[in-house]
Amino acid sequence: MKKLKIINLKKVQNIATARSIKLSEDTLDQKERANGFLQEVGDMALFIKQLFKETFSRNFEFKEFLRQCYEIGNKSLPLIIITGTIMGLVLTIQSRPAMAKFGAVTMLPGMVAVSLIREIGPIITALICAGKIGSGMGAELGSMKVTEQIDAMEVSATNPIRYLVVTRVLAATLMLPILVLFADAFGFIGSWIGVNIKGDVSLVLYIFQAFGSITFLDFFPALVKTFLFGAVIGIVGCYKGFTAGRGTESVGKAANAAVVLSSLLIIIVDMIAVQITDMLL
Amino acid sequence: MKNTQEGSLENISEDKETAETLVEIKNLKKSFGRLEVLKDISLKLRNGENLVVLGKSGSGKSVLIKCIVRLLNPDGGTINLLGENVGSIKGKKLSEVRKKIGFLFQSGALYDSMTVKQNLEFPLRRIKRDLNEQEIDEKVKEVLDNVGLPNALKSMPSELSGGMRKRISLARSIILDPVIMLYDEPTTGLDPVTSDEISELINSVQKKYKTSSIIITHDIACVRITADRIIMLHKGYVYAEGTLAEFEKSDDPLIMSFFK
Repeated sequence: MKKLKIINLKKVQNIATARSIKLSEDTLDQKERANGFLQEVGDMALFIKQLFKETFSRNFEFKEFLRQCYEIGNKSLPLIIITGTIMGLVLTIQSRPAMAKFGAVTMLPGMVAVSLIREIGPIITALICAGKIGSGMGAELGSMKVTEQIDAMEVSATNPIRYLVVTRVLAATLMLPILVLFADAFGFIGSWIGVNIKGDVSLVLYIFQAFGSITFLDFFPALVKTFLFGAVIGIVGCYKGFTAGRGTESVGKAANAAVVLSSLLIIIVDMIAVQITDMLL
Repeated sequence: MKNTQEGSLENISEDKETAETLVEIKNLKKSFGRLEVLKDISLKLRNGENLVVLGKSGSGKSVLIKCIVRLLNPDGGTINLLGENVGSIKGKKLSEVRKKIGFLFQSGALYDSMTVKQNLEFPLRRIKRDLNEQEIDEKVKEVLDNVGLPNALKSMPSELSGGMRKRISLARSIILDPVIMLYDEPTTGLDPVTSDEISELINSVQKKYKTSSIIITHDIACVRITADRIIMLHKGYVYAEGTLAEFEKSDDPLIMSFFK
């Protein structure tokens, strides 16, 4: 029988120690901290690059995309309907005294409609979706990462970016404008209820007054930015889930970070969109 | 069992020396930040053998197996997998190599949102696109029979016990008829009886599908059932290499601490 081969561990350990630490620990810590933010930005840029590459590749996962549209769109609808209705109702009730001071109560439907279409509908819907969809994506992908499901996908020669990320980001991008339309529509209904608390306006008259104040230029830029909001929610949620660390704690952190970062980015994108719209129109 | 027949063990060892090498790792290094996990690993997996990689927790066993399929990128050294240098290939070529590898994860890694059937169909539908529904159903049934769970088709992963999850995960790994099987701690978290059943299943998969396997474990019962050859990792290096009989006869304190 062959003799069992045992390697001289002490010798190799000494060589390794001599080679290994070149910089002091303090220097490395400072460098790591300074690089942390830039590293995150760089990683996210690479993630988005990979996402674009896979979006336009062959073998699009259409079935999973439809499933995600259902999960994101249909399952968020009740929340958006309730929020939209209350949004319209509260906005009307709060605005009424100020409008009454100037004798402009009849302009209330128009004012509420412009506010809802241009700003409140898109931003509130996007922030709610950042909480619901973004955190869901962060937690789901984070837990898939922790339980090695993403690795299992990769090993079985399935591209996890294509299957998990592209489908979710596209579904969020396409579903958010639709959810915003629902929020706006139910916002009008809420506003009509609000108007009728201290008045008597038929729904047809209310809609006529509301739509009379809205132009295509109110509607179009708002619609465009909702696509961007959807993309932000999808990308940030997936990125945070995909880059979750090890252990269950990191799943919670990923979900939390997805909500915080996407909410912040939504507000920044909104500000930029408003500036651009203001310059162009 | 293999460990009770020393004569046949020697024969196995000699046969494998001349067998084709499927995996060849040279001077592999991998660090996480300042933590050097793999410092200098070299090993070979020969055609038809079960190579057990043994070592304490934190010795880099799982990192090693993940480097082999490029789930982790090595910092240095080369990994030759089925004639391809894994470090230098990417995209389609990497996918082609991965299709020939089955990987049983420590946690099973079954897709939570899918039934057992959908879990098993997942790799088939994406890789063997020419199969029709009937062929897919037949293949799913065949692998489920082979792992001893023919009636689990409609179950969700959350409804399965630890042992059943490992079996289903194994079924998913073999559904594409892999050339090499990589097992990451296949018996961790299981009771001794189920552990032995999984170890026997590893042997039966090897015979039925003619696979060669790398089995990462620290479970000596699993080693005794499955190992043709053993490599022991310690502090990022290959500490010892030999057959089960050689390991059991060793008077090295570290090896004895595993085999006592």
